Amino acid sequence: MLVLVIGQYMKTRHHFGIFNEVDRFLYVFQTAAVLEVLHCAIGIVRSSVVLTAFQVTSRVFLVWGVTYSVPQVHNTIGVTMFILAWAVTEVIRYSFYTFSLFGTVPYMLQWCRYTFFILLYPIGVTGELLTIYTSLPRVKASGIYSMQLPNKLNASFDYYSFLILIMLSYIPIFPQLYCHMLAQRQKIIGGKMTKKTQ
Amino acid sequence: MEIEIVHAKSGKTLATLQNLAPSATVLDVKKEYKKLKPHLYIERQSFRSEPRGKSLKDEDQLRNIGLDKGGKIYFKDLGPQLSWTTVFLTEYAGPLVIYLIFYSRPALIYGANATRTRAQVVNVAAACWTFHYAKRLFETIFIHRFSHATMPIFNIFKNSMYYWGFAAYVAYYVNHPLYTPPAFGDRQMYLGLAGFLINELGNFSIHVALRNLRPPGTKVRKIPMPASNPLTWLFSLVTCPNYTYEIGAWLGFTIMTQCLPAGLFTLAGAYQMTLWAWGKHRNYKKEFKDYPKVRKPIIPFLL
Repeated sequence: MLVLVIGQYMKTRHHFGIFNEVDRFLYVFQTAAVLEVLHCAIGIVRSSVVLTAFQVTSRVFLVWGVTYSVPQVHNTIGVTMFILAWAVTEVIRYSFYTFSLFGTVPYMLQWCRYTFFILLYPIGVTGELLTIYTSLPRVKASGIYSMQLPNKLNASFDYYSFLILIMLSYIPIFPQLYCHMLAQRQKIIGGKMTKKTQ
Repeated sequence: MEIEIVHAKSGKTLATLQNLAPSATVLDVKKEYKKLKPHLYIERQSFRSEPRGKSLKDEDQLRNIGLDKGGKIYFKDLGPQLSWTTVFLTEYAGPLVIYLIFYSRPALIYGANATRTRAQVVNVAAACWTFHYAKRLFETIFIHRFSHATMPIFNIFKNSMYYWGFAAYVAYYVNHPLYTPPAFGDRQMYLGLAGFLINELGNFSIHVALRNLRPPGTKVRKIPMPASNPLTWLFSLVTCPNYTYEIGAWLGFTIMTQCLPAGLFTLAGAYQMTLWAWGKHRNYKKEFKDYPKVRKPIIPFLL
């Protein structure tokens, strides 16, 4: 997917049209990421089930609940940003997991995994937030996934407000996840760095 | 002999107690420690034999936990505590007041043009809700006998948010001017109401039975058994029939009001009570070797 994105960008020098190229891959692979939660649960991948489930849920939501549901956002810069950020992250992350399965991980890869996120995370989050923000007027106008009174179930749901709540939830959640990654970085390669300089 | 109080997490020695006999209990240790640190009232102190072990009971004697010649005992501060009674009264008074505000002052919530003839079922629902929480308050004061005197202070915020939040959520929709009465009309209302009332009675019967199981002022634990009241016969099939009846009551309420938020509230409660039931079931099986094997935690034959 990364190759496709870069290729398309070179062709047109613009982010317009990138989504068209990659959408099928995005849908298939991000949804397949649900398997990752299973892998953590059964232990072949050493990551927290809760954190992984959280990330997969948020990605699947962004892909299907926002990007797929509101076609008008396809060609916005936000979508390109998060696709790019996710694609680079995945390339590193899956290589890392593959090598882990074989037993040894090249230090360079480990370093990439715990360093690239410093830039990629904010880029990805900005892209995600921009995408949701751009989708808002459309969601409000179309009333998608929303339900109003009166109805037989005596319930209501406003997808527009829900999306705003989601955006607000990034405020407490993003710093926590980011700091967790920074702490992991300290733990896993912080020590090695000092050993190397010795 | 000398007892060294060590902080369970940091390993630091907090105090040394000299004048305790081997027959002294954990409660004596707590009392002595409180003399040194007055802000640590008894309910806030937790002692263990191992740094990460289970809390020792107040009645445990030092000589029975390997400290007959002195040694280390590990301390954890449980934080500010509130009595269970305080917490329950707060948790349950909220939903009562909140629901009644939505019911009796609709103009406050839905705007000035909120007045409109109400379906009969909305009145019945308000009566049921009020009855449920009034019953809970009554039971908290007169029926329940608590094993632990207190719980951590944080719980009151967490629990109140749950109860009060759901109260507002359900009350908003049932008392809404655009509320739609159940599809099968009065028949559905009466069916739901009957279910609600029978289950409330069942729940109350179990609470009374559990109370009678434990003599006043003691912390005795016995296996509950079916008695003459038919509603207690559920004990032969489940460990926590009070939870079973509680789910049943809210199912009745949901059917009666045909309201999805009420259904979500029922589901949330059922989930939490199932977790509690599994815990209690496990404890009973551990404590009593002859615990009846046919019993399930909360749903007969299933869960």
